[in-house]
This record gives sequence, structure tokens and C-alpha cells, in this order.
Amino acid sequence: MGAYLARRLATLPLLLLGISAVSFALLNLAPGDPAEIVLRQRNPGQLPSPAAVAAMRVELGLDAPLPVQYVRWVSRALAGDMGRSYVTEQPVAAQLARRTVPTALLTAAAFAMALLVAVPMGILSARRRGSAVDTVARLAALVGAAAPSYALAYGLIILFAVKLSWLPALGYGSAAQVVLPAVALSLAPMAQLMRLIRASMLETLGQDYIRTARAKGLSEQTVAFRHALRNALLPAIGATGVNLGYLLSGAVIVETIFTWPGLGQLMVGAALTRDYPVVQGFVTYIAVVVLLVNLAADIALRVADPRLRFGRDET
Amino acid sequence: MIRDAEQSGERVPVLAVGGRERRRRRWLALLREPGTVLGLFLVTSLLLAGLLSPWLPLDDPTKINLPERLLPPSTTHLLGTDHLGRDTFSRIVHGGRMTLLAAITTLALSMTIALTVGILSGYYGGWPDTALMGIVDLLLAFPSLILALAVAGALGPGLFNVLLAAGAVWWVGHARIIRGVTLSARQMEYVTAARAAGAGSRRIILKHIAPNILGPIIVIASLDVGWIILGIAGLNFLGLGAQPPTPEWGAMLNDARPHLQTEPRLLLLPGMAIFVAVLGFNLLGDGLRDLLDPRTAPSRG
Repeated sequence: MGAYLARRLATLPLLLLGISAVSFALLNLAPGDPAEIVLRQRNPGQLPSPAAVAAMRVELGLDAPLPVQYVRWVSRALAGDMGRSYVTEQPVAAQLARRTVPTALLTAAAFAMALLVAVPMGILSARRRGSAVDTVARLAALVGAAAPSYALAYGLIILFAVKLSWLPALGYGSAAQVVLPAVALSLAPMAQLMRLIRASMLETLGQDYIRTARAKGLSEQTVAFRHALRNALLPAIGATGVNLGYLLSGAVIVETIFTWPGLGQLMVGAALTRDYPVVQGFVTYIAVVVLLVNLAADIALRVADPRLRFGRDET
Repeated sequence: MIRDAEQSGERVPVLAVGGRERRRRRWLALLREPGTVLGLFLVTSLLLAGLLSPWLPLDDPTKINLPERLLPPSTTHLLGTDHLGRDTFSRIVHGGRMTLLAAITTLALSMTIALTVGILSGYYGGWPDTALMGIVDLLLAFPSLILALAVAGALGPGLFNVLLAAGAVWWVGHARIIRGVTLSARQMEYVTAARAAGAGSRRIILKHIAPNILGPIIVIASLDVGWIILGIAGLNFLGLGAQPPTPEWGAMLNDARPHLQTEPRLLLLPGMAIFVAVLGFNLLGDGLRDLLDPRTAPSRG
């Protein structure tokens, strides 16, 4: 475990360097001169003069060769300086920090909702395979996987905020305002988890040791919850990365709809205005989060599943 | 994977039937699953509407007609009109065409990359394999929509840029699957035999390895279309892709945002259209997967 952890931690900076280099190259090789984009942002409607563009290139450090620019960016980022937004001229790091809490709140609430529904439904659906409950759960999972979060979000707003006026539609600050965006965001991971838990529970219930447990005369309750569930939940931990992907991708859209002042909203605005320092900072930041969460999930999986700990380490 | 299924089928013959007959029965088995039939129906309707929409008796989806704006559904405008007086039904049908074209382009683009990377990696191994799979692992860890958003942000708004962005991020997981299939196919005896007979790499890849990849490709592609539609419509909804007046479902949703309170219909209709299309492709994909590949295909975020 120690050696495994050390190796994983050692590859983390390399992966980060890789992702940030890819996005840096992409942004800087894309058509369009960032200096011109900045000038157009600051003076809308005016065509910037070549002299102004050249001056701006020097100001932004764009006159240096690309590798030099990247090294400069990395050394500054290590010191906590991720540059300034082209549009608002605010420091990127501060913007990312300010918007982390709302996004963390929203994704945590959505993930909790997904777990609260998916785990019991997945278990129930597997234990009563072929029953009405199973059919309803499977249909719900299908619908959840196909429903676009953006359309669903508007459906929720129209029903609960416009027609029934039970909940506030937009904004950030009170507990009631979390409900609708969190529900909209939770559906994709909920559907995925439910299918996963149902499948792994079905597989586990067919194992020899379950038959042994039943043969010993244990009640169905004990068999399902003490023997089967613990193993059936392992794939759910393994799918943490996938679900984090759903949550972060979904947050981009849901935050935009609900005017939730989180990271996703920041990124969409930056992508629309080609605010490269913000896009670059956001991508790097998300990479850190994703890599750390995946690492934590891997460690959790090893703690929960002794077979992995005593087996040969992979990768 | 397909070979496995066929072999097990041969081991337990229910009826002595020929290969073609057996294949026909397997495909007919698709029609016994109500979900698959529904999926097939939805996808077929979508394809027909998409193919035929320019010749259907529909209003011009981009013709602005301000005196007739925000009309409720009627016999002349089946689903009413939008804030610029355009016929919503016509825009939904034409939007389906746009969505399909976009999904197919993205699929073709991402499959081309995935096949190239996967086959090169699996067939040649060695350092290209290590390097390519390193990139795959790097990208796989990253949420695909956010990556696509970054690419689209770098390229600037536009439908074509969104397709490029989606294609550029979507191949990653597939390259890994194709690599695995190539790797196991390469170790088959008939490949060794072909090589002993003097066949070159090109011939071995095309004649002996490619047929193995076909089954997984069909399954991946059919399960993928739904995800691609969701992703592209999402990027369009955020305003990065199709620009007005293009009839596209995601862009229509975006367009209708100011009318949330007064005309929820304008948001619900394109939303339903996306949902139904994605559901159709997912159901069909699930059916095809059960038929062609009993092992579960992975899902992506």
C-alpha cells in the first residue's frame, strides 16, 4: 500500500503537467491572436490597430516562444499566480477560489441525493428482480440517463417555481435555492449508480458464498445486507471517477441555468469570450480535483477490498 | 467477443439450423425486447424525419414572421410559433436533421481517431503503445464535456468547432477498447498463420484484425450516439455551437430562455425532442449490445 501510494503520488505532478501543457498548447495554437481578443473585449466594436495589438502582445508576454511562455506560466502557477482574466482583469486564482465553495456545495448535495436514491433502489431492484419495483427502477434509470440536465432543469423550474411556486428558481444563498439545481444535477449519476448497484448486487447474489450463507439458515435480510451488499458496493466506489465526471460536466450546465455562482458558470463565460487565462486555470484546477478524487477513491477501494491490497499492484 | 458468442451458440445447438438462419434468428430476437423495438421505432422515425425534412410540407424553419409570434398550437402551427414567429414544429423537425448530422459527423471523427490510435497501439505495442495509452489515461481522467468546452473555447463559437471539440475528446475511451480487441486478435493462431504465409501488416490488419473490431464498434457507436447528442446539444445550449437562426435543439432551448415564465412550451418541446432522441438511441444500443456483446460496455461521464 505504501509503495503503491508513493508511486501514485509521484505520477500526480506528471499528469498535471501533461494536462496543463495540452490545454496551454491548444489555447495558444488555436486560430486567433489572444492580444487581439483582449483588445476587442476591452473596446467592443473597435478594430484594434496593429500597433496596439503588438503592444498588447508584449504586455501579455505573448512575444516569447511558446515553450518559454509555458514555463513562465507553470512557475507562476506554482507560486499561486495563474494570471489575470482578459475580460475582467481579475486574478484567475482568486476567482477560482471564490467559486469553489458554491460548486462544491452543489455537487455534494447532488451526489448525496444520487446515493440516497440509487443505493436503496438498486438493492431493492436486484432483490426483487422482475417485480414491478424492478421494472419501475429500471425505467427510471433509462429515463434518467437520457434526460438532458438542461431540459430537466427547465422542467423543474417550470413545475416547482413557476407553476407551483414552491421553491425559488434562481440564485444562491439559501438552502431552498439548492434543491432544484441539485435535483437536476443528481439525475445522471443517480441513474448510472442505480444500474451499477443493481447489476453488481445481482452478480453478488449469485455467488457461492451467498448460497453458503443461505444454506447456513441466515435470513434473507442478513444475507443481503451483511454478505452481499458490502461486495456489491465496491463497483460503486470504483465508479467515483465516472460520477465525478457527470457531476462536474453537469455543473457547468446546471450552474449556467440556475445562475449559480460556481466554477461551471465561470468556465462557460470564459469559453464564450475566449478568456484563455481563465480557461487554462480552470482546466488545470479541475485536473487537480479529478486526480485527487480518483486517488482517494482508489485508496478507499483498496481499504474496502482486501483482494486488491494483497494482490499485485497494477500500473 | 462475437466469436465467443458464436462458439457458445455452436456448442449448445437448440435446432440444427444453418449459419444464415441462425444469424437471422438472433437478429429477430432483437424484436422480442419491447425496449429495443421502441428504440428502433424512435431512431427510424428520427432518421426518416431527418432525411426527408427538406421535402416535407413544412414552413421555412428560419423565416421570421413577427405578426405571428408566440402563437399557441393550432392546425396551421401544430406546435405554435416562437418569439420570432417561426413555426416550432418545423424547427423541431429540421433540428432533428441538424442533430443527426452533427452526431454522425462527431461519431465519424471520433471513431477515426479511436481506430487509428487503438489499432496502432494494440498491433504494434512497444513505445507507441505506451505513449498513446499514456495520453488516453490522461484524457480519460478528465470530464469530457469540460474538455470539449475548453476546445470549443479555444476555437471560438460555431457549430463546426463544437463538432471538432466533441470529436476530439470523445475517442478516448473507445481507443482503449479497440486496442484491447486488436491485442487479443493479434494473438490468434490465424494471424500467426497469415504472417507465416508472408502477409504484411497492412493485410493482416485489414483482413484478419478489422473483422474482429467490427462488432464492438457497432455496439460502441450505437451506445454513443445518445451521449453525443446530449453533449453537442449541451454545448449548443451554452451558446458555443450553432448560432441563430439555425434550427438546432440545444440552440432552440437557449433561444427560448427569456420566455421561461410565459411560454414554457418553447423550452419543453426541444427538451423533449432531445430526450426522445437520446432515449431511442440508448434503447437500440442496449439491444444491440445484448445481441453482439454480452459483456457490458463501459459508460462515460
